[in-house]
Amino acid sequence: MQLFITGWAKKAFFEVQEYVKLCVALARAATSRPFYYRDVVEQLDAVGVGSLTVVLLTGGFTGAVLALQSGMTLDQFGARSVVGRLISASMIKELGPVLTALMVTGRVGSGIAAELGSMAVTDQLNALRALGTDPVRKLALPRVIAGVVMVPILTVISDFVGIVGAWITTVTQLRVASSVYWNSVVMGLYIQDIWMGLIKPVFLGFALVSIACFVGMRTTGGTQGVGRSTTQAVVAGSVAVLVLDFIITKLLISLLY
Amino acid sequence: MGTPTPLESRLSRVKTPGEPIIVFERVFLAFGDNVILKDISFELRAGFTKIFLGASGAGKSTILKLILGLLKPQTGKIWVNGVRVDTLSESDMMKVRDDVGMVFQEGALFDSLSVRENVGYKLYEESDMDLNDVHRRVEEVLGWVELEEHIDKMPSQLSGGQRRRVAIARAMTFQPRILLYDEPTTGLDPITSITIDDEIVKLRDIEGVSSLVVTHQLRDAFWVAERMAVRGPDGKVQIVPASPEKLAQTEFVMLRDGLIAFEGTASELRANNDPYLQLFLS
Ligand SMILES: Nc1ncnc2c1ncn2[C@@H]1O[C@H](COP(=O)(O)OP(=O)(O)OP(=O)(O)O)[C@@H](O)[C@H]1O
Ligand SMILES: [Mg+2]
Repeated sequence: MQLFITGWAKKAFFEVQEYVKLCVALARAATSRPFYYRDVVEQLDAVGVGSLTVVLLTGGFTGAVLALQSGMTLDQFGARSVVGRLISASMIKELGPVLTALMVTGRVGSGIAAELGSMAVTDQLNALRALGTDPVRKLALPRVIAGVVMVPILTVISDFVGIVGAWITTVTQLRVASSVYWNSVVMGLYIQDIWMGLIKPVFLGFALVSIACFVGMRTTGGTQGVGRSTTQAVVAGSVAVLVLDFIITKLLISLLY
Repeated sequence: MGTPTPLESRLSRVKTPGEPIIVFERVFLAFGDNVILKDISFELRAGFTKIFLGASGAGKSTILKLILGLLKPQTGKIWVNGVRVDTLSESDMMKVRDDVGMVFQEGALFDSLSVRENVGYKLYEESDMDLNDVHRRVEEVLGWVELEEHIDKMPSQLSGGQRRRVAIARAMTFQPRILLYDEPTTGLDPITSITIDDEIVKLRDIEGVSSLVVTHQLRDAFWVAERMAVRGPDGKVQIVPASPEKLAQTEFVMLRDGLIAFEGTASELRANNDPYLQLFLS
C-alpha cells in the first residue's frame, strides 16, 4: 500500500515536472523567433468561432434558469425585484468564466488532444522535428495564445447572453418590469467584479489549452492512446479549471476587495 | 585537446566522399527495462549505402531516430556529419537535421497540409527562399517521383504507395546529403516497390546522397545494392546493373538481439551460411 502511494506520488511529481517544462518551453517560444503567425490566426478562428454556438447556448440557458431559481428563493423574502443583482454578480464573477472554460475544455481541449495525439502516434511530431520545426512553437504556442485570447472574449459574450436570457425569464415568467431588472443588474455590479470576471478566464484559458497540448503531445500507444488522451485532456482540464477558479477567486478577493 | 584520434581526424574530413558521415560507437539504448540496442557500432561513409535488416522490433527505426536526435542513447557516441549528436541540445540539433532527410515508416505526412505544402514544408516554413523558387522546387521534386498531378490533393486522398513517394519527395526537397529510409517499400506491390527502389538508387548515384535504408524486403534490398543509376548519352537517367566498385559501396547490416549479427556486401550476405541469416533470407 505504501509502495503504491509512493509510486503514485512519484509519477504525479514527474508529470507535474514535465508540465512545468512545457510551460517554460512555451514562454521561451513566445519570446523568441520564429513565430508562426498563420497558425495563430488559424487557431484564433478554430477556438473562438468554433466555440461560439455552444457558449451562446450554455450562457443563455444558464442565465434563464438562474433567474427562475433566484426568483423562487427571493420570493421568500419578497425581494423578487432585485433578481437582476443576483444574476449580474453571479454570471459575471463566477458562472460566465467557469462555464465557458468548461465548455471550451469539452469542445476545444478534446479536439486539441485528439489532433496532437494522432500526430504523436503517427510520427508527425517527429517528422516536424526532423524538418527543423519545434512542435511546441508550431503547434502548442498558437493554440495556447488562442486560448488566452479567446476564452476571455467568449466569457464576455456568455455573460452578456446569460444576462439577456435571465432578462427574458424575469420579464415573462417572474413578471418583473424590464426597467426594474436592468436597474438592478447595474446596481449589483462593482468594478472589482468586472475585473475578476476578466482576469479569471485568461488563466483558465491558458490552463485548459496547455493541459490539452501537454496530454496530446505525450500520447503513446496508437489510436487507443489517442482516445485515452482525449478523455484525459477533458477530465484533467475540467478539474484544473474548477481548482484554479477557486484559487484565483481566493487570491483576487484578497487583492481587489 | 591533445592530438586527434584517428576517428576524429577522419571525422574532420567529413565532406570528402569515402569518409565517415554517420558513426555509431558502442551505442546502448533501453526503454525502461526493455533493452533495444546493446552495443551497436558502425560507420556509413559519404556517398555509400547501408541496408539494415532485422526482425520486427529489432530496433531499426530506433537507430534512425537516434541519428536524427529524436531519441538519445543511454551510453555510446554518435556522430552525424562530423558533429557529435548524442549530447547535442534540441536547438543545436536543428542545424544537423538540415542535412538529413528522413522517410518515416508510415510516411508521417502532415494530414492537415496538401501534398504541395507537405513536400515544400521545410522550404516554406523554415527558410527564407523566395516563394516562387519554392513552388518550382516542389514541382521539380514531385516530377522526380512522378506525382505532379497530385500536387493539390490532401494525403488522405492518396494511395499507400503515393503517400510513400510524397514522403520521399518531402525528405529530398531541401537537398540533404544524408537520407534515411524506414521501410520505404513495406506493404507495396512489387511494381511500386521497384519505382521507389529506383528513386533511392537515383538519389544515391545522381545526387551523391549517402543513404541508410531499413527494410524487410530482401528483393528491394538487393535491388538497391545491385543496381546503379547512370546518365545515358541523351541525358536521361538509366538504371543498370552495378559496377564492382558500386557493389562494394553498399553494405548490409543485420540486427539481432540488440547486436550487429552480420555486416558485409550483398555477395557476402548471400554466401553466409549462418542459420538465422539463412532463415531470414529464405
Ligand atoms: N517510445 C518508445 N517507448 C518504449 N518502447 C519503444 C518506443 N519506441 C520503440 N520501442 C520499442 O523498441 C523496440 C524496437 O522498436 P523499433 O521501432 O526500432 O523496431 P523496428 O526494428 O523498427 O521494428 P519494425 O520492423 O516492426 O518497424 C520495440 O520493441 C518497441 O516496442
Ligand atoms: Mg521500424
